[in-house]
Amino acid sequence: MDAISIRNLWKVFRSGFIPRRRTVLRGINLDVRQGEVFAFLGPNGAGKTTTIKTIVNLIRPTNGDVLIFGKKASTIDARRRIGFLPENPYFYQYLRPVEFLQFNADLCGLPRRVSRTRIPELLQLVGLGDRTQLPIRKFSKGMVQRLGMAQAMINDPDLLILDEPLSGLDPIGRKEFRDIILDLRDRGKTIFFSSHILQDAEMICHRAAILVNGEVRRIGTLEELTAQDIAGYEISIQGFDADRISGLGRIIATQDKTIFIQVSDQTGLDRALSEIPARGGQIQSVIPRRKTLEDVFMGEVQKKS
Amino acid sequence: MKPIAIAAIALTSFREAVRDKILYLLLFFGLLLIATSRVISWLTVGAEIKIIIDIGLAGVSIFGVLVSIFIGISIVHKEIEHKTIYTIIPKPIHRYQFILGKFAGLAITLLLNVIVMSAMLQIAIFLKTWSWNFPVFRACVLILFELLVIVSIAILFSSFSTPILSFLLTLMLYLIGHISYNLIGLAQKAPGTLLPILLKVLYYVLPNLENFNLKTAAVHNLPVPPGFVWASIQYGLLYTAVVLLLSITIFQKRDFS
Repeated sequence: MDAISIRNLWKVFRSGFIPRRRTVLRGINLDVRQGEVFAFLGPNGAGKTTTIKTIVNLIRPTNGDVLIFGKKASTIDARRRIGFLPENPYFYQYLRPVEFLQFNADLCGLPRRVSRTRIPELLQLVGLGDRTQLPIRKFSKGMVQRLGMAQAMINDPDLLILDEPLSGLDPIGRKEFRDIILDLRDRGKTIFFSSHILQDAEMICHRAAILVNGEVRRIGTLEELTAQDIAGYEISIQGFDADRISGLGRIIATQDKTIFIQVSDQTGLDRALSEIPARGGQIQSVIPRRKTLEDVFMGEVQKKS
Repeated sequence: MKPIAIAAIALTSFREAVRDKILYLLLFFGLLLIATSRVISWLTVGAEIKIIIDIGLAGVSIFGVLVSIFIGISIVHKEIEHKTIYTIIPKPIHRYQFILGKFAGLAITLLLNVIVMSAMLQIAIFLKTWSWNFPVFRACVLILFELLVIVSIAILFSSFSTPILSFLLTLMLYLIGHISYNLIGLAQKAPGTLLPILLKVLYYVLPNLENFNLKTAAVHNLPVPPGFVWASIQYGLLYTAVVLLLSITIFQKRDFS
């Protein structure tokens, strides 16, 4: 059974006095397996947040199904197993962190004896252990994000849904957040997060989907996404003058007596491999340059326009 | 499990209302009015106590209504506007629990509000007559139920429209609510068959807030028909329940985007 299973999800918004239809999601299909870290990528306005809100029951689908551990997302049973961190969260300003987490624990129906120990643990985990007496209105953006993570984990959920969890954090905060996510993964939790910071996604996810204009364009493991097309090969050559490279490839760097050239495909590589020794050069190494997630992402986004 | 969630939401919305400055502002003016009723009563000869009761009850009622409308229209809307609702609805709770919790929090706020103001009024009366006034107490109880009806209407409007529109609509229904009892008389006199039915339907749909008005009876110490208070309380609870049900129905379907 998958942690999240989305089947043919459509969302059409009607807004205004004379309703105008705006189609945001166009038949999304997506499976998130148990125990994996799944990155949900896409440019602004692609429908990431709408999809996420449908998963957590903030938005009702126009058509299609969202199942969480096999149960419909609109049921209480499904939501018992999820924790949700919204994008740029905002909480009751007049509460202190402990009061706020107690409120969330009560919403989840946690017994007091459980919440009494879990709340300090969570505050410690997200790095707010020494700020328990500060009212939320005095929190910085990073601290609010940390508190948001704590409330998402209050019911010890099996599935965490995080909307842009790393935005608004400084580099240290991002590192800490990544560590929290990886720690959760090690404890067997499933993590589904959206992001536009591809490097962060690349560092922690198993699989990713790329959403463009309300459609899932690509989905797969990082290797599947990035290895499908090799962006080219880097060849390092010694004992060779730069002017004798002509026609073989593009010179990307020279260092001491080593020249680095790049060829864009297999034919180019074959030609270089036979020509360079013939011209008296020594090939030191050939490194296939895989596409980065960013290359794949940009490729998909540009297809649209 | 369910009562815990409702109680938790009620407690936070009560906390929020109590921290709202508008509550204190209105409470202050209400108390000021009650306090000055004694001063104003000096202007009249013989009927001082009537003036105190009249102005005092008007204070309890008007400032109670203002508190209900102002806090009622903002309490749900603020949650959506500030996106605090984004972490509440995804929790394992039903949406109706959210509305009921919000309503319960406001009901407690209004209860305290009416208790404070009516206590002040009783003190003002006590200082004049050296006795507590039961008809005033009775009138205040019904004002509380009127406020519950108004706050449920405010919540209903705020669950789908903007605060300004909610304010106007709620205020309008409050004003109509005090003259709507005329509709039943009008229905009897109206010609044709369709019009009387229409007027009757309108009468039952619109709130009849005169059912909660025992102010005149308290001022002039008039007798109240037996069972009137109890019937009004039942009417208030029923009307509030129906309006809350409507809010919940709207809330069930809406998207938070």
